[in-house]
Amino acid sequence: MIAKLKREYGSGITPLTHLGQNYMEVDRSLIPELLQVLRDEEQFDYCVDITAVHYPKREKQFDVVWVLYSFPRNERIRIKTQIADGESIASSVPIWATANWLEREVFDMFGIRFDGHPDLKRILLPEGWKGHPLRKDYGILQQDNEWVQINLGIESGQ
Amino acid sequence: MTDPKALSPLDLETPDKTFLDANELVINMGPQHPATHGVLRVILRLDGEKVMGLECVIGYLHRGVEKIGENRTYTMFNPYVDRMDYVAAVSNGLGYCEAVEKLLSVEAPPRAQYIRVILTELNRIASHQLWLGTHALDIGAITPLFYTFRDREEILKIFEKYCGARLTTHAFRIGGLQYEAYEGFEKDVKNFVSFVKPKIDEYEELLTTNRIWLERTKGVGVISGKDCIALGVTGPVLRASGVKWDIRKAQPYANYKNFEFEIPTGQNGDTYDRYIVRMVEMRQSLRIIEQAVESIPEGPIMAKVPKVMKPPVGEVYHSIEAPKGELGYFIVSDGSTQPYRVRVRPPSFVNLQALDLMCRGQLVADVIAVIGTLDIVLGEVDR
Repeated sequence: MIAKLKREYGSGITPLTHLGQNYMEVDRSLIPELLQVLRDEEQFDYCVDITAVHYPKREKQFDVVWVLYSFPRNERIRIKTQIADGESIASSVPIWATANWLEREVFDMFGIRFDGHPDLKRILLPEGWKGHPLRKDYGILQQDNEWVQINLGIESGQ
Repeated sequence: MTDPKALSPLDLETPDKTFLDANELVINMGPQHPATHGVLRVILRLDGEKVMGLECVIGYLHRGVEKIGENRTYTMFNPYVDRMDYVAAVSNGLGYCEAVEKLLSVEAPPRAQYIRVILTELNRIASHQLWLGTHALDIGAITPLFYTFRDREEILKIFEKYCGARLTTHAFRIGGLQYEAYEGFEKDVKNFVSFVKPKIDEYEELLTTNRIWLERTKGVGVISGKDCIALGVTGPVLRASGVKWDIRKAQPYANYKNFEFEIPTGQNGDTYDRYIVRMVEMRQSLRIIEQAVESIPEGPIMAKVPKVMKPPVGEVYHSIEAPKGELGYFIVSDGSTQPYRVRVRPPSFVNLQALDLMCRGQLVADVIAVIGTLDIVLGEVDR
């Protein structure tokens, strides 16, 4: 599979293995095409998880990670791509319906926008919350005091 | 998806006119509602009694577990995971400990593995018992609640004797176990197995052929195996739709490959099948416990793990079959004492997404049955 994908996309993908787990670092431009190929041709029919990691010191600050599983092959693979702050990425809701809430959570926690998502809004935090908590530069001690004061009627969230 | 429009977002502002020229009704259920098993708010769009669609509003219990994880050491974060799925705390702990062990490239010693499996399977039974009691109560059968809580108590007693806590147990440590099995642990477990076997038959006697139960569960909240996979639904819900998949068999973790057990499946993917699947699962868990308790090896219970854990740089995804489905941990290490990122893939959160599809076309009263049958714990949905 890897060889075939490598032939098709060349330097766009870098297959790697760590602790016995396979993952691929791919170019942002290959999403969602590669994901579609993985589901349709390589039978990765189950999208386990979508998440992100924030590296504030890097030029492209975010890693977006898809964890995929294939029922027919009994195999897991992770797809990783880097995007910069403010950039958006194609939604995978048309590929896996489960991506809906998972992408909403990534948006909520990191502020990464997914193009073509049917209903991209906050999911765990209240609408109108400022900031995205799982970014490394989000101050947990300076939470959204304004929101807390208006909605909960107390001085601060601490 | 069977119907591409099935999961399109609801337009709650402009209800359609129905054929009787009456407006569709948008009503709110929860967040404080006894049948939502926590603080879940559901906005329902109704045509008379028929559910046209719904939207879940979640996050009321959000505590920022993943953010907490980034600000604690690996060891300090361990008790926090118990607070997600608080009725199956042992499973959460197992998943987290194994994920970090993978990152550290250590393995718990065999004796620890056996005790871990016994406690985890006991917890699976406890979780299913709690589900059965509350689910039946929601539908209107009050007696099973007393039966299941009476018997679940025996499991909690074993937990209490083992580690001092009943619910949020913090039973496992990274690298093995903190506590040796107490004097008489094996006897207690064996006694429990022989005690609870006839009790499960008792629950079934109350419900399996009960006409009201059949009316309320057969053909209610049907979801096909294909839709389950598209929506990422796992656990008993997936199996009841006919997909024979259990991580304990597909990608064995701990030492599950040493034990014989079956994976129950259903055909119809309705609420009744999910009930049957969970009942069989309880019996299969007993089978695993019986085999494990007979063959606990002697030896150490803790692998050699440094006091200050600094896993090498890298990332790992590890998942286990929790009572509710696939519970995954994605941990990124930057080589320091604190995880750079901990992502929890909660089964309840993903399964809850299927509620909309499962309720469309059903009656309002069935929404309660479907929420119950999904077996969600809001602590895990919101984290």
